Amino acid sequence: MLKDITIGQYIPGNSIVHRLDPRTKITVAMIFMIALFTVNNAVGYISMGVFTALAIFLSQIPFHYLLRGLRPILIIIIFTVTLHLFLTPGTEIWRWGVLKITWEGVIQGFFMGMRLVFLIFITSLLTLTTSPISLTDGMEYMLAPGKRIGIPAHELAMMMSIALRFIPTLLEETEKIMKAQMARGADFESGNLLRRAKNMIPLLVPLFVSAFRRADDLAMAMEARCYRGGTGRTRMKELHLYTRDYLAMSFLILFAIYAIFTRML
Amino acid sequence: MRIIVENVAYTYKAGSPFEAQALKDINLTIEPGEFVGLIGHTGSGKSTLVQHLNGLLLPTEGNVYVGDLDVVSNKGNLRQIRQRVGLVFQYPEHQLFEETVFNDVAFGPKNLGLEPGEIERRVKRALEMVRLDYETIKDRSPFALSGGQMRRVAIAGVLAMEPQILILDEPTAGLDPTGRDEILEEIAKMHSTLGITVVLVSHNMEDVARYANRVIVMDQGQIAMDGSPREIFSQVDQLQSLGLGVPMVGVLMAKLNSLGHNLRGDILTVEEASNEILMWLRGKKDA
Repeated sequence: MLKDITIGQYIPGNSIVHRLDPRTKITVAMIFMIALFTVNNAVGYISMGVFTALAIFLSQIPFHYLLRGLRPILIIIIFTVTLHLFLTPGTEIWRWGVLKITWEGVIQGFFMGMRLVFLIFITSLLTLTTSPISLTDGMEYMLAPGKRIGIPAHELAMMMSIALRFIPTLLEETEKIMKAQMARGADFESGNLLRRAKNMIPLLVPLFVSAFRRADDLAMAMEARCYRGGTGRTRMKELHLYTRDYLAMSFLILFAIYAIFTRML
Repeated sequence: MRIIVENVAYTYKAGSPFEAQALKDINLTIEPGEFVGLIGHTGSGKSTLVQHLNGLLLPTEGNVYVGDLDVVSNKGNLRQIRQRVGLVFQYPEHQLFEETVFNDVAFGPKNLGLEPGEIERRVKRALEMVRLDYETIKDRSPFALSGGQMRRVAIAGVLAMEPQILILDEPTAGLDPTGRDEILEEIAKMHSTLGITVVLVSHNMEDVARYANRVIVMDQGQIAMDGSPREIFSQVDQLQSLGLGVPMVGVLMAKLNSLGHNLRGDILTVEEASNEILMWLRGKKDA
């Protein structure tokens, strides 16, 4: 269960996708999402599929890592597909009582399912090929213009990198506390839902206490090193856009325009 | 109650790219009433091994017997084994969660399904064993106590299960020297008066030398050395090659001997060392 969480998991590599600037990757992913939600017919979805496959191929990320990312949202996909399957009006192909499946529903369900799968693949690809640090760096750069209207770009980015950094730590901590309470006869596995929720108290209280303690320690350590927020802060690694980044972005804009055109087919 | 560890191997995250073998073919018998010191440098498998002794980790291969029960065939019902073998983790105060000290210590006995009278008796006894005053402390919040007191309450939480075997993983980490000595004295007292078996995992060679009557040295998931403290701590070179120190007095004795003096090499405590050196000095004067 805990092992399935792949948020923030990064697979180091040196593919063309890895080398793209994080800002490029974020922009590309966003444009892709817009395009993905624009298309409405077979030609459009096939184009999206081809693009996704190409991106996965170029990134050299093993396909099973991407499949694992699907696991947590499998229920959502099944739910969406089922709803479309039964609730789309059109020519009936199967009926049982009030339940009926229409030809349009099958197509619609399939398209919607694919849409979600492509969405997860591309966003997973973003986090799998970009280290959390450069990802948050990229976001900070991109949000920087918002500072004038009061968006705390640096603080948001810092919060995100800290959160990502502490996911594994907290998982480890959870396991430790769980074991300590199990040594005192606690049971986390049996009983009904209410009972299980109640049994979580001996786990959650220490976990919160320790999270606050860690937060306190981290704040202290940061202040001890003169951290005072984003103003006037310089960075060791500056981000640069290269030709490949401009090419990738131009390609995606053309791709999005093409996606809009496929609607007219 | 005897613990037998039979051909135990354990692999973390088996089948994933992060696979790591933590224990390799461990065979070990811990007799009732022993005070075992378990040492080894970080990552040698000490913590993994002690978690097998009460079924928190189940062996990838082999089996662990606690008295007449074994962990493999009792997989679904380990509570009885966990009652027999109490395990105090590192920084046990991090597991406190109840509103009052009484409730926290009572957590274990409650899980055993005991009646209120018996629970109260056990809580009282456990708190007395760690030298906390039952009446003054029972209604306080465990989070309002000092670090040393919190650790005692946490240890009492395990003692209230009334285990016959008590395992402590670095029970004194992060305590000041006085607090450390007090806790170790209390553990030694429980060992001698109650006759429970104690397994003490420690990085501190002095503590192990002083209290244990058997020392087990772990290295790379295997038992590297096993014997009485005197046997183990006189092998200064081998311990150092395993990345471990020896009690400071042992180093002193080894140094004096390497200078050509003839002193006993199996000295464990400062008192013994001072006697030996005094005797040697007197002997030299006589000669």
